[in-house]
Amino acid sequence: MSSSGAATGKTRAWLKPGPGERAFDVFNATLLILLCLVTLYPMYYVICASFSNNIALLTTPGFLPYPRGFNMGAYRLAFSHPLLVSGYKNIMIILAGALPVNIIMTLFCGYFMASSGMLLRKPIIALIMFTMFFSGGMIPVYLNVRSLGLTNTLWALILPTAVSVYNSIICKTAIEAVPDSLKESAYIDGANDVVIVFRIIFPLIMPTIAVLLLYYGVSHWNSWFPATLYIQDNAMMPIQNILRAVLIANSDILNAAVTENDKIDQFAETIKYAAIVITTVPVLCIYPFLQRYFVKGVMIGAVKG
Amino acid sequence: MTDAARRAARKNPFDAHGRRSLGQLIARDFRLHKYKYLMILPVVVFFALFAYKPMGGLIIAFKEYRPRLGIMGSKWVGLTHFTNFFNDIYLVRIIRNTLSISFLNILFGFPAPILLALLLNEVRNRRFKRTVQTITYMPYFISLVVTCALVKVYCQNNGLFSQIAVAFGGTKQNLLLNKNAFYPIYVISDIWQQIGWNSIIYLAALSSIDQEQYEAARIDGAGRLKQVLHVTLPGLLPTITILFILRMGSVLNVGFEKIILLYSEAIYEVADVISTYLYRRGIVSSNPSYSYATAIGLFNSVVNLSFLLFFNWLSKRTTQSGLF
Repeated sequence: MSSSGAATGKTRAWLKPGPGERAFDVFNATLLILLCLVTLYPMYYVICASFSNNIALLTTPGFLPYPRGFNMGAYRLAFSHPLLVSGYKNIMIILAGALPVNIIMTLFCGYFMASSGMLLRKPIIALIMFTMFFSGGMIPVYLNVRSLGLTNTLWALILPTAVSVYNSIICKTAIEAVPDSLKESAYIDGANDVVIVFRIIFPLIMPTIAVLLLYYGVSHWNSWFPATLYIQDNAMMPIQNILRAVLIANSDILNAAVTENDKIDQFAETIKYAAIVITTVPVLCIYPFLQRYFVKGVMIGAVKG
Repeated sequence: MTDAARRAARKNPFDAHGRRSLGQLIARDFRLHKYKYLMILPVVVFFALFAYKPMGGLIIAFKEYRPRLGIMGSKWVGLTHFTNFFNDIYLVRIIRNTLSISFLNILFGFPAPILLALLLNEVRNRRFKRTVQTITYMPYFISLVVTCALVKVYCQNNGLFSQIAVAFGGTKQNLLLNKNAFYPIYVISDIWQQIGWNSIIYLAALSSIDQEQYEAARIDGAGRLKQVLHVTLPGLLPTITILFILRMGSVLNVGFEKIILLYSEAIYEVADVISTYLYRRGIVSSNPSYSYATAIGLFNSVVNLSFLLFFNWLSKRTTQSGLF
C-alpha cells in the first residue's frame, strides 16, 4: 500500500499543480486535520478532566481546553479503590486464562481448515462456519451458561468465547502461506501434526498471532455485557462493568465499597475520568505497533469472510 | 512409521477386490489424520456445547419454559408465543425503530469510510497520511462503555453537545432525553468510532488499482477530479458493491449493547429495538418470560438469516462473489 502511494506521489509531482489543485490539497488537509481533532478531543477531554479540580469540573463540564485546576488526587484514589483494583485484577485473570486458550484453539481450528485430505473436513468446517450466521440467541445462550453452572464464576466470561470463527479464518489464511515443503520435511523427520503446529507453524506466523492476541485481548478487555448476565458479585466484576456502573448507571458503588466516603466525594467526578484513563490507555498504547499487521488481517477477513 | 510414509504405503485406497467398505474408509481416515482430528476435537466440543446446544435450547420458544421443570419437562404451547408477539402492542414500535436506526446507520455510516479513504488517497505526504490513519483507528479500540459514557457527559444539561445546540438556537436540555436527538447521537458516535477502521478495506482496494490507468488518464488530459471519477471510483466499485450487499444482509442487527448503554425510559418510543425489548422481557424483568423472549429472538434470527441468504444470492448473481 505505502510503496504504490509513494509512486503516485512521485509521478504526480512531475505535473505542476494548478491553483485549483493546490486549493484542493489545502482543503483536504484541513478536513483531515479537523477529523483528527474531533477524534482526539474526547480522549484529551478525559485526560484534562481527570487532572481537574472536582468542584471546578462539576460547575463547568462543557468545553475543556486545559485541566481546571490541577489535582492528582483522583488517580491516587483510583489506584487504591477496592472496586477498581478488583475490577482490574478480574480482567487480568480473564486475560491470563482466556488468551492462551484462544490462541491454541484458533491455531488448531485454523490448521484443520488449512489441511486437506480428511474425509470429515468439509462437514466439520461447515458446522463451524454455520455458527457465524445463526445462533441460539440471547436467552438460550444465557440459560445454557446457567445450566452449565458457570454463573458467578469468571469461567462464564472465558469459556463461551474460547474461539472465534472469524479469527480462525485469519489464522487459516496465515497457515496456508507457510510453504508445504516445511511441513513435509517435518513429516519425514517423524513429527506429527501437533508438533508441526507448535514447532513450525507457530513461530512462522508470529505476526498473525500478535494480531489475534490484539483482537481477542481487545474484545475481552472491552466486553461488559456477558458479565452483566452472569456475574452478580461486584467484587468479581471486570473493570468495564465497574466503569459502566459508575459512569452510565450513576450508581454509588464506589462510595458503598469504602468507609471514608468524604474522600470519595471530594473526587466524585474526577475519579470517573481517572478510571477511564487507566482502563483505556493500555490498549491505546499497544495498537499503533501492530497497525501494519492488523491492516492485513482486516483485508483477509473482509475479502473472504 | 511416519505419517508421510504411512500415506505413501496407503496410496491405493482399494483392497484386493477393488472395494472398501465405508467403515474401513473411515477407520483409515481417522488413522491417517488422527492428530488433526485430535486437534479439532476441543474446537468441535466447544461449538457443540456453546453454539449448537443453545440452538437446541430454541425449542423453548414453543414451550412454556419453567426453570424448575427444565427444558424437557416444560409443556408444549405450540405457536402461542409467536401469535402473542405478532399481537404485541410494542411490535410495530420495535420493528420500526430497528429498521430506522439500521437504515440511518447505513445511509450515513456506510459512505463515510469510503469518503475518508478517497481523501486519504489524495494525500501526497506519506507521513501525514499514516498519522491520520493511526489517529482515526484509535476510537475503534476504545470500549463501548467509555464511548457511551463520553456521549452521556457531552449530552448532559451543560455538556459540550448541549452547549453547541444552545449556540445554534436550541434550548438548554439533556439531549439524551430528547427523542429527536437520539438517532443523530447514535449515528454520529458510530461514525466516530468506526470510520477509520472501516476505511482500511477501501484503502487496500485503492492500493491495488493499476498505476498505469492513472498515467493513461493523465495523458488524456484528466485532472485529479477526473482521475478520481474515472479511475479511482470505478476501481473501488466492486469492493463497495460487495460490502454494501453484505451490510444489507444484516439489516436487523443494530448495536443493541450501545442502545442499552444510552437509552432510558423517556426515549423508548424511538430507541427501543427488537433486541433491547427481548432483553428487558427475558432478563431484566422481575418476572422474566424466557420462552416469549426466545420466540422474539428466534423471529429476529430467522429474518436475519433470510436477509443474509437473499443478499448473498444477489451478490453472487451480480458480482460473482459472496460469503458462501
